[in-house]
Amino acid sequence: MEQMKRRKFLGMSAVGMAAVAGSGVLMPAIANAANVAGWPAAEFDAKKLDEAMKDSIDTTSVKTSAKVRLTAPTIAENGAAVPVTVDVDHPMTADDYIESVYLYVDHNPTPLASAFHFTPDSGHAYFQERIKMAKTDMVRAVARTNKGVMMSSKPQEIKVTIGGCGG
Amino acid sequence: MAAIGNPMIRMASHAKKGQIVEVRSLIMNPMTTGLSKNKAGKLIPAHFIQTVTVTFNNKPLCNVDWSTAISANPYLAFKMRAVESGTLEMTWKDNTNGIWSSKASITVA
Repeated sequence: MEQMKRRKFLGMSAVGMAAVAGSGVLMPAIANAANVAGWPAAEFDAKKLDEAMKDSIDTTSVKTSAKVRLTAPTIAENGAAVPVTVDVDHPMTADDYIESVYLYVDHNPTPLASAFHFTPDSGHAYFQERIKMAKTDMVRAVARTNKGVMMSSKPQEIKVTIGGCGG
Repeated sequence: MAAIGNPMIRMASHAKKGQIVEVRSLIMNPMTTGLSKNKAGKLIPAHFIQTVTVTFNNKPLCNVDWSTAISANPYLAFKMRAVESGTLEMTWKDNTNGIWSSKASITVA
């Protein structure tokens, strides 16, 4: 299957093992052995927000733009399933399109929650998913165009009464 | 045993050329973080979908890399510009070599 273009710092040590994943071969019980090929383990290993941002977007500060819209409840009834919608008001043409959107939850054990990659055929840089939040926290979405322009949503606080990470 | 797999895709079956359609999907997966313990006090290993890849007529459309911070039985919605008739295919892969696929067709006039 075709892989989307991956960035330079995907030098995962698990590459050799991961290549076999999905082939049905019995894998030794090593933690990273079954990571899907191409899954950016380093980005998801980061335990602090600035590490996660450096690993995924090479910077810890991105200017906010009203074009990156993050919609989420201000109070989450259930920290185990908080619905988040992100959409970016930006063209999606072959020359100029939103290539990726990174979603961060500042103090989660894994601050990078998801990395979404689009093509111009997506038509609209939009997605909706449900995330776990350990506690009341800030959520932010950073979009990057194919030309490397970056913009962030305004960080939004979501109040969580019962944490969802199971810790 | 907890249900796993059973992917579902919901997408309009018809669209006008150029229209942006929304695709909704759902799949069963525990998405355990590796941080919680069972009744015996042992850590339950992380078991979660790491990648979701979407193609349309076999061309890449979009894909997402997920962490353990995605909720159990993950829902995912995204959009596609309807350009031609064809088949959307989604593939979910988790960290225990689980792979699931599902397809949906659309007629674009």
